[in-house]
Amino acid sequence: MQSKLVIGLGITAALSLAGTANAGTTLDGVKSKGYVQCGVSTGIPGFSSADEKGQFTGIDVDVCRAVAAAIFGDAGKVKYSPLTAKERFTALQSGEVDMLSRNTTWTFTRDTSLGLNFTGVNYYDGQGFLVTTKLGVKSALELDGASFCIQAGTTTELNLADYFRANKMQYTPITFDTSDQTIKAFEAGRCDALTSDQSQLYALRIKLGDPKSAVVLPEVISKEPLGPAVRQGDDEWFNIVKWSLFAMVNAEELGVTSANVDEMKASSTDPNVRRLLGVEGVKGEWMGVPDDWGYSIVKHVGNYGEIFDRNVGKGSALGISRGLNALWSKGGLQYAPPIR
Amino acid sequence: MPPQNMPQTSASKVPLWRQPVFRATVFQILLVLGILLFGYYLLSNTLQNMEQRGITTGFGFLSNEAGFGILKSLIEYDETDTYGRTFLVGLLNTLLVAVLGIFFATFIGFFMGIARLSKNWLVARLATVYIETFRNIPLLLQIMFWYFAVLRPLPLPRQSLSMGDLVFLNNRGLFMPQPIPEPGLWVVGVALLIAVIAVVFITRWAHRRQEQTGQQFPTLSVGLGLILVLPLLVFWLSGSPMHLEYPVLGGFNFRGGMEVIPELAALVLALSIYTGAFIAEAVRSGILSVTHGQTEAAYALGLRPRTTLKLVIVPQAMRVIIPQLTSQFLNLTKNSSLATAIGYPDLVNVFAGTTLNQTGQAVEVIAMTMGVYLTISLLISMFMNWYNKRKMLVER
Repeated sequence: MQSKLVIGLGITAALSLAGTANAGTTLDGVKSKGYVQCGVSTGIPGFSSADEKGQFTGIDVDVCRAVAAAIFGDAGKVKYSPLTAKERFTALQSGEVDMLSRNTTWTFTRDTSLGLNFTGVNYYDGQGFLVTTKLGVKSALELDGASFCIQAGTTTELNLADYFRANKMQYTPITFDTSDQTIKAFEAGRCDALTSDQSQLYALRIKLGDPKSAVVLPEVISKEPLGPAVRQGDDEWFNIVKWSLFAMVNAEELGVTSANVDEMKASSTDPNVRRLLGVEGVKGEWMGVPDDWGYSIVKHVGNYGEIFDRNVGKGSALGISRGLNALWSKGGLQYAPPIR
Repeated sequence: MPPQNMPQTSASKVPLWRQPVFRATVFQILLVLGILLFGYYLLSNTLQNMEQRGITTGFGFLSNEAGFGILKSLIEYDETDTYGRTFLVGLLNTLLVAVLGIFFATFIGFFMGIARLSKNWLVARLATVYIETFRNIPLLLQIMFWYFAVLRPLPLPRQSLSMGDLVFLNNRGLFMPQPIPEPGLWVVGVALLIAVIAVVFITRWAHRRQEQTGQQFPTLSVGLGLILVLPLLVFWLSGSPMHLEYPVLGGFNFRGGMEVIPELAALVLALSIYTGAFIAEAVRSGILSVTHGQTEAAYALGLRPRTTLKLVIVPQAMRVIIPQLTSQFLNLTKNSSLATAIGYPDLVNVFAGTTLNQTGQAVEVIAMTMGVYLTISLLISMFMNWYNKRKMLVER
């Protein structure tokens, strides 16, 4: 009885202490400590991974950097917390990180029952399968009875179950904590296929000793809109993260890049560009940041097209095509409300 | 404790607040109240915080549909079952590892502990090397090592190693024929029960006879024979009410039969080898704690070496070994939670992993998980303490 009490106390202490640490608004906290604490993945090339110098790069990392640029005018004022899929929501809920930008799928359950708000979609993804070429499998429908390496605590686990149930097939799931462990087990031959978001499959495939020994199957079995998330109930912070992402998409649409942003700021006559860069019209202070927040983001981080190409697109080792992530005007889904 | 032999008259003259008994009681009540209040404050504060942030609370989630698959389950489980069921699945998998681990670790430990004291130089040195190596490498590394050591050299399902086309081994696991009971098997169970009861009575009778007459009776061989032969005979007479289901290669892997997954094998191997090294040292310390004079005295009384070991050394050594053994069993059970590193579906992997993340109810899930480990540990402790009491020196 007494020991149970002690345990109860331990848990409650953790949460109640976390509660008091976050009494003020997130923006005040970020400003006073001087950096944004951003939750990222434990290492997915192209999305968030640390290089040999310990520098984080990736399309998710660039969202964190954009938020830092909007607040401080300096994209470097970010500290990263690598989180496993299992840890991520608790870390955000408890206030350990200010925002989560960790290839996280926006779902109903997560948006409504976890005390989180998703601020947009920085990558439209879908779940796919990676199989060894030796199997000679051409379609996911041939995978009846196969075993799958999966990362625990992801929508992937649920989609896989749904897909096999819908197609009346059998499967064996082997769940690991990190995506690194899944690829290691896949390489060791523990499973026939690895399943995850398609973007990750390309990233993980590069990590294989011989990338040619595995292929990504054409099927996409789910919708995976990946986006940053913040704690529910702090609208000001929610707005900053949401509009930092929108600013990058708008910048691409308006043709503003990190290379020409200074020139555009000085000489552009397009009112849309002038509002984005904080020259006229809207005020950054409406969400508690400097007026040139849009300029800082594009200058220090880049527009959406730039961060896409640099991290996962043509300019990167992954070489993923824009597909669904092209601008709406070019046949994709990336669409941002106007800044006005 | 109330002071004894205090004259009744003087106690009544002392004011109430200066009476030690009264004061002690009051202080204890105050302390308990304080702790309860503090606990209540923390709990209500937590609930309020979670409510403010829109985090769902309560245990209602346990009856929601889980919707994810689990690698291996000892009970029937599929994706349409509830989160509550995933708790059971994880719990049973944890218990399976703990029981297997404790069994093998004890066996390895006793064997190696005695081997380290062997007069044979090679045997003693080998045992020393084993103990010093495995005791000093972190367990997590050992689990990873065994997992990949078990996994890598084994062939793919289609090139499985087979023994007489009955047992197959590949990197998906070990596949064996599974006995499927048919109606009527209960008779065999009853026969086994009768055999066990008979053996108990025979042992008592033999013991009494030896005390009275000094004549010995081969209890061990007769007992084993009875336990083996009687059920087998009944099984044969009742027309073998059981058949075997054989594993068959189909598609990607074998189906049917019994399966030992590599995760379980690696985990049990790592846990029992690691804990076995500690138990070996406990056993050695126990045996060394029995002074040499005891052995000499036993020999002087004319006891043979085997009888000396059984009646003089082991009973005394056990008194030193048991408390240490208890700690090691507890360690092993708790260490089994490292299973999550290699994807074995234990309680931490399934329930405090996937279920926690799909529902997001960290406080409830972690509280339940901790409650389980606490309960298992306390049960092991209780059992071992009871066993320890029985083995303790009885002073007459």
